[in-house]
Amino acid sequence: MQVALFIPCYIDQLYPRVGMATLEILERRGCDVVFPAAQTCCGQPMSNTGCNSDARPLAERFLEIFAPYQYVVAPSGSCVAMVRKHYDEFLSGRPGFEELKAKTFELCEFLVDVLKVESWDGVYPHKVGLHSSCHGLRELGMGKPSELVGVDFSKPGHLLAMLDKIELVKPQRPDECCGFGGTFAVNEEAVSCMMGKDRLQDHLSAGAEVLTAADMSCLMHLQGLSARGKMPLQIKHIAEILNESEAKS
Amino acid sequence: MKTAEHPEQASKFVANDQRAHWHDQALWFVREKRDRMAVSLPEWEQLRSAASQIKLHTVSRLADYLEQFEQNATKLGAVVHWARDSEEHNQIVLSLLQKAGAKQVVKSKSMLTEECHLNPFLEAQGIEVVDTDLGERIVQLRKETPSHIVLPAIHIKKEEVSETFHEHLQTEAGNNDPNYLTEAARNHLREKFLAADVGITGVNFAIAETGGLVVCTNEGNADLGVSLPKMHIACMGIEKLVPHAADLSVFLRLLARSATGQPITTYSSHFHGPSPGSELHIILVDNGRSNLMGSEQFRNSLKCIRCGACMNTCPVYRRSGGHSYGTTVPGPIGSILAPSRDSKAHKSLPFACTLCGSCTDVCPVKIDLHHELLEWRGEIHRRGQLPMSKTVPMKLTSWMMRSPWLFRWVGAIGKFCLRHLPRWAIYHGLNPWGKQREMPESPQQSFRQLYQIHESKKASDE
Ligand code: SF4
Repeated sequence: MQVALFIPCYIDQLYPRVGMATLEILERRGCDVVFPAAQTCCGQPMSNTGCNSDARPLAERFLEIFAPYQYVVAPSGSCVAMVRKHYDEFLSGRPGFEELKAKTFELCEFLVDVLKVESWDGVYPHKVGLHSSCHGLRELGMGKPSELVGVDFSKPGHLLAMLDKIELVKPQRPDECCGFGGTFAVNEEAVSCMMGKDRLQDHLSAGAEVLTAADMSCLMHLQGLSARGKMPLQIKHIAEILNESEAKS
Repeated sequence: MKTAEHPEQASKFVANDQRAHWHDQALWFVREKRDRMAVSLPEWEQLRSAASQIKLHTVSRLADYLEQFEQNATKLGAVVHWARDSEEHNQIVLSLLQKAGAKQVVKSKSMLTEECHLNPFLEAQGIEVVDTDLGERIVQLRKETPSHIVLPAIHIKKEEVSETFHEHLQTEAGNNDPNYLTEAARNHLREKFLAADVGITGVNFAIAETGGLVVCTNEGNADLGVSLPKMHIACMGIEKLVPHAADLSVFLRLLARSATGQPITTYSSHFHGPSPGSELHIILVDNGRSNLMGSEQFRNSLKCIRCGACMNTCPVYRRSGGHSYGTTVPGPIGSILAPSRDSKAHKSLPFACTLCGSCTDVCPVKIDLHHELLEWRGEIHRRGQLPMSKTVPMKLTSWMMRSPWLFRWVGAIGKFCLRHLPRWAIYHGLNPWGKQREMPESPQQSFRQLYQIHESKKASDE
């Protein structure tokens, strides 16, 4: 199975370890993984600011770069949501676009839905809080949002629960936004930081030692607040936890 | 109307940390009640779909249904008036009041009359208008505007209510007992009801098939307000229509559950024509709504039944307060409706949102709120109303991202600076990220560099 890694720009530059963890997880599962070096950014910051004309050329590049591969996998729900949910405006009708949407996955989704992972040979003896990042949750449907009535599920939660000795803690507000929101974090700094601190507090009160999510951008914001507030919390992308647990076991 | 930008107003609200948290918790409490009520109906998601389809259908044939409504309401003995905008609406109300020789008016909560700024208009004509919904009355006495469409006084603490009542209704100073305060308000309002010449109400649902109206309240004030005077004026936006009486079974179940977490509002009052010996006037107001009808992007927002659930769930609204939006309808739906009237004045509202999507999932009529907000951002950019502080960085980033070598190069410089610059050069007034947050730690190598090492190692292993 051939997988092209889609490593969002800020992960490439600031969190290479998250990219490496993704790579190692996939390779260990027998995927033939490649990283197309021409990739940069999916255009989400421009699109979220309303600057669609600046996002368009990046969407076009993205299609060109990733069209040749069987699957595209990224450790980021929001960047995948950009491709699957918001590229229509730029690429609708182009050859290969419908296929691109269907073959682009967030890492947890890919593990659960495509690789059909049903057990994980890993040990992670920590109390872990899972932050359900909004774009993965609501745009990609990686879990059941708390507002909807139906059967509860969470793909990242499902993966974590497979780890031996892990204790998943439950915050009071199951899926409230952390306040990152891309340029919102800067544009509405006051509200953004209040939201982030509330999110951290909720997980701390639930007893979390490690806070994780399937989106590094939320974690970048929460990490920044937690470090400034000197909170007793480790912050890790879910790919890091999955990868570490396996390496140790 | 010039309004201050949302970030500025919101940061003022957040500055009072205790109050902002209290506000957040008060609304979250309502949101949780709503969740319990929604879960109690296994058919909840089907109800939402049904409501959405009925509304969508109504909006697509609104002209027909309005005509049908007018015919049927007239048959029942009501007089139907049409108002293109808020000025026309206010003029119609005034002429009706003058005809009735009215000096005192009681009103039950109507966001439409707020939208039209009816109160100041009538007061300038020497007419006393009393809002009879308790929350609305508190806000009115304090000379404020509602901060929420269903819970207009949610931003006010009971101690503050006590002060206001002490000042205006001569209640005991320092008595904060909600029962005592409610009783005082009740006695005060009773006098107003008895003295009123005309009762004005809003409308929750108007039924094309029958020509009837439904008004939902928890305090019964709409009923009292229109039963005693000889004239009832019902003011409604043209989107309040449903085709059939049977549709109410869907909407009444959704409305109160979504709004306050009650199974149904205490009073759902039906008005089919005037009561014997009195007059019923219905004013159908457009005020920008038909523009929305013509817009494919934003037409969905006309489905709104004004339950306020999107406000209760919105993490930004909860932490910035309704007044920070500077509009009659705040929160997610308000941030869509306001720019459709004046996108320049309200250009910051579609950005007062993290695009978390909770509003979309909570909305009982399935308005795709966060996607419409995103659409608005694009529209504001197209109209040239986005400030340069937003457009220029995006243009530059887009250019950089189109060439991988430039991206690598800028990334390397950025990482180097993050690692080596002194703290003061990174954390200063021009860096809003660093005000309360640390910057990410900068690694020595990027992923693409690590990947290359990984690949060459793999090749040499083989
Ligand atoms: S947009 Fe939806 S949730 Fe918000 S007030 Fe209207 S009906 Fe209620």
